[in-house]
This record gives sequence, C-alpha cells and structure tokens, in this order.
Amino acid sequence: MASMRAVWPPLLVLALLLLIWEAAVRLWNVEPWLLPAPSRIMLDAWEARERLAGHTLATLRLTLLGFAGGTAAGFALAALLHLLPVLRSGVYPLLLLSQNVPLIALGPLLVVMLGFGLLPKLLLVMLVCFFPVCIAMLGGLGGSDPALDRYLRMIGAGRWRRFVSLELPGSVTHLFSGLKLAASYSVTSAVVAEWIGSDKGIGIFILLSSKGFKTSLVFAGVVIVVLLSLLLFAAVSGTERLALRWRPRKEGAA
Amino acid sequence: MSVLEITGLRKSFPQGSGVIEVLGGVNLSVGQGEFVSLLGPSGSGKSTLLGLVGGLEQPDAGEIRIGGEPAGSKPGPAAYMPQQAALLPWRTVQGNIELALRISGRSKPEARELAVEGLQRLGLERYARAYPHVLSGGMQQRISFLRALLSPQPLMLLDEPFGALDALTRQEMQQWLLSLWEQDRRSVLFVTHSIEEALMLSDRIVVLSASPAVVVRELQVTFPRPRSEKLWSEPRFGELKAELYAALRSLEKSV
Repeated sequence: MASMRAVWPPLLVLALLLLIWEAAVRLWNVEPWLLPAPSRIMLDAWEARERLAGHTLATLRLTLLGFAGGTAAGFALAALLHLLPVLRSGVYPLLLLSQNVPLIALGPLLVVMLGFGLLPKLLLVMLVCFFPVCIAMLGGLGGSDPALDRYLRMIGAGRWRRFVSLELPGSVTHLFSGLKLAASYSVTSAVVAEWIGSDKGIGIFILLSSKGFKTSLVFAGVVIVVLLSLLLFAAVSGTERLALRWRPRKEGAA
Repeated sequence: MSVLEITGLRKSFPQGSGVIEVLGGVNLSVGQGEFVSLLGPSGSGKSTLLGLVGGLEQPDAGEIRIGGEPAGSKPGPAAYMPQQAALLPWRTVQGNIELALRISGRSKPEARELAVEGLQRLGLERYARAYPHVLSGGMQQRISFLRALLSPQPLMLLDEPFGALDALTRQEMQQWLLSLWEQDRRSVLFVTHSIEEALMLSDRIVVLSASPAVVVRELQVTFPRPRSEKLWSEPRFGELKAELYAALRSLEKSV
C-alpha cells in the first residue's frame, strides 16, 4: 500500500506538466515541427501505430538479446575470475580501466569490423550490459562472510561447494544491482546501436522522423524508449523481490 | 585410544616485519567420550589450534592425529560449532542443517530425514522452516549445536559457542548442552574463557598460556554426572574455581 501512495504524487506532477505544455503550445501557437503539443504527439503516434509497433519490436528484440547475452557473459566471467585468482589479478584491473572506454564510440569500429548485420549492434548492447554485472558480481563473490567461510571449511566443504552454497547465493543482491544498471542502459544503447547502422528499430524511427521534421514522432519514439526502459527495470526489480524473499524486511524502507 | 592426539604443536604467523609465535609446543589429547575444555586468556591461540585440527592450515611442527589419522588427510575431520552460529541467512533452519549433513557425505533424502528427526528430538521442529534472522541468539546456537551433533564425526569442536550470549541465556544453554551431551557422550574439545563454564561441563580442563601458548596446567574434574546447577554451591567447585582463577591470573602477570 505504501508503494501505491508513493506513485501518486509524481504522476500528478507529470500530469500537471503535460497540461502546462499543452496549454502553452496552444496559447502561443507554437509550430508543431518545433514543439508539438502532447495531444498532437498522441494523435500522430496513433496514426503511425503500425510502423511504430514494428520498430518497437525490433528494438525490444535487440535489447533483450543484448541484455541476456551481456549479463550472462558478465556473470560467467565474474565467476571464472573469482574461481581463478591468478587470472583475476591480471584481468580485473584491465576490466576496471576498460570502463572508461566510451562504449558508444566503439559502434562505428564494430560496424567496420563486423558489417551492418545484427552482430555489431548486438555486441554493443552486450558490452554495455556486461560490465555492470561483471563488476558487481566480482564484488559480491569476494565479499562473503569470513565466519561462514571458515565454518564451511572446518566441516570439510570444498571450493566448489563453498562457491555454490555460500558465495553465489551471497552475491544475489549484487547481481541484481548490476542487472538493474544493465537494464537501465540497455534500451538506450540499443537505440544508439541502431543509429550506427540499421534499417529498423526505434533508433532509426527517431532519426528518420527528425530528418523529416516530424517532431511529434520523435517525441513518440522517445516515450517508447522510456517505457521500454521502465518495463525492463520493473521486470528485473520484480524478479529480485522474488529471489530475495528470505531477507529480513527493512524497517521503513522506501 | 585417543580420538584427538596433539603433540608438540607449533605455529607462527608473519606479522609486520617479524614473526609472531602463537602456539609454542602444545600437547593435548581427548579420549573416547571425554569432554575436554581448553581454557586460556583471549588471544592465546585457541582458535588457531582449532583451525589446525580442522586442517585449514598446516602446523610448523608437531603432529595432530584425529582417530589415528593425521589432520588434513581428509576434509572436515570433526563436527564444528563456532562462536557465531554461522547459519546461512538464505537457508531455513532445516536447510542449514541439511547442508552440513550433505557436506559430511549424506545423501539428500538421508540429510532431510536426519534433520527432521533431530529437530523433533530437541523439540525445535516449529523452527524448521524459519530463517535464522528471526531466531534469538540462543536459539541460533541451539540450531548450530544440533547441526554439529547430527554430523557423523566422532569428535566435536566447540569454539566458545556461548561467548556471545548474555549471562542468563548462557547458563541455560550450558544446562541444555550438558543434558544432551550426557545422553550420548561424544568426544568434545570445548574452547572457552569462562572458568565456571569449563568446570560445569568438562571431564578435564587444559589451561593454555598466553601466546606463544603452551599447556600450563591440567585438571581432572571429577564431579559425578548428570550434573546440574547445584554444582555451583559445592565447596569443591569453589576451590577448583579459585585454583583455575589463580592459574590464569599468574599467566596475565607474567605477560
């Protein structure tokens, strides 16, 4: 119930802002190619619904594939590095350094190397989703309670058993904070990937609409990107809540 | 034959530029069905000693034999109960017990059956599906003890199991443990720094010096079993307590 109460105030503010926007556009007769009214955006979006749906599906597909592949790879590499400390000491610093590479800037490079197919775009989204999960998981796997670790070793638990029974379940919180970051970035990175080279997707739809001065459709595209991001984030959060049901309820948690 | 036989055990750790010697040649044994307490000032290497028995580390010198076999020859040579209950927070009480039994080599159905039986025998079955964080400290230690009790190894290592509990709970837990232990008399090495606790529970008390630790005193505790809190008011209990207290005090002065 508390969460429902928390949702209403921002929704109200949002509705108010939309109303002011609508009124301002009508009052000062702003040209629709400059700033379309919210009502205009909705109407135009409805008219273009079939095209919009096709592009949305393409972006959703790219996002989900990239998210799944990237986070799986991040998870796997984190586990590998954790289990092989020698490898970790060599790779982890580079991994941290590589976070400074603007991944978006790699796009054109990937296109040069891999052509205009799905692969370079998918790779870009995967890279974006890979890092937060990998880094968060490494932190989680290395941060298990030493007292629990000592107990398990005393009763004869081997390396693999401690990994499966202690370190993995102990990093679930970290995993989800990585997944949430990846979810928030993934749709945006998919849109940018489409700009680099694609014939369908919301990214292309936005690009074409803006070139044709169909500003209302640009807005519609942006709204869809935001909605997709929220949807993915909500799906991850929901899964997290299911996975962490054992956790003590936090007092007064927002 | 002794279940645990320790001879000439030495262990040092590097610290800063030098080396700190924690165990300076410890000799110790625990016989079949014997309850031995290891009493010593804080930082006297009691936990280090348990770690060596558990095979977590190798001694610099000396020998540890558990049931005749050298320590480290097989993993998990003894049942273990640490100071913190060490229950995995994402597993239920029953799940935690089952995990320990699985690690000690039981099959899944066996582990489940043993856990359910054990919880019932101790009247704890209503906590089977609870997660550890909803239990009090004393209740967590009961589960932790039951988990060690159900493990198949003949030797039990208890590492200050009641050290983190309040005085009242602690006494309650001592009586509880005593009543359970007196039923099937496992071989126990019990680490504590409480003199009363050692006297109440043990057949024999071994006093360690501060580091580098050596055994400075051994004391047979011959009070008849089953024991109860009435022991506290016996004159002999007070005498032994004073004796042990003096032994520990003299150690602190010599440091």
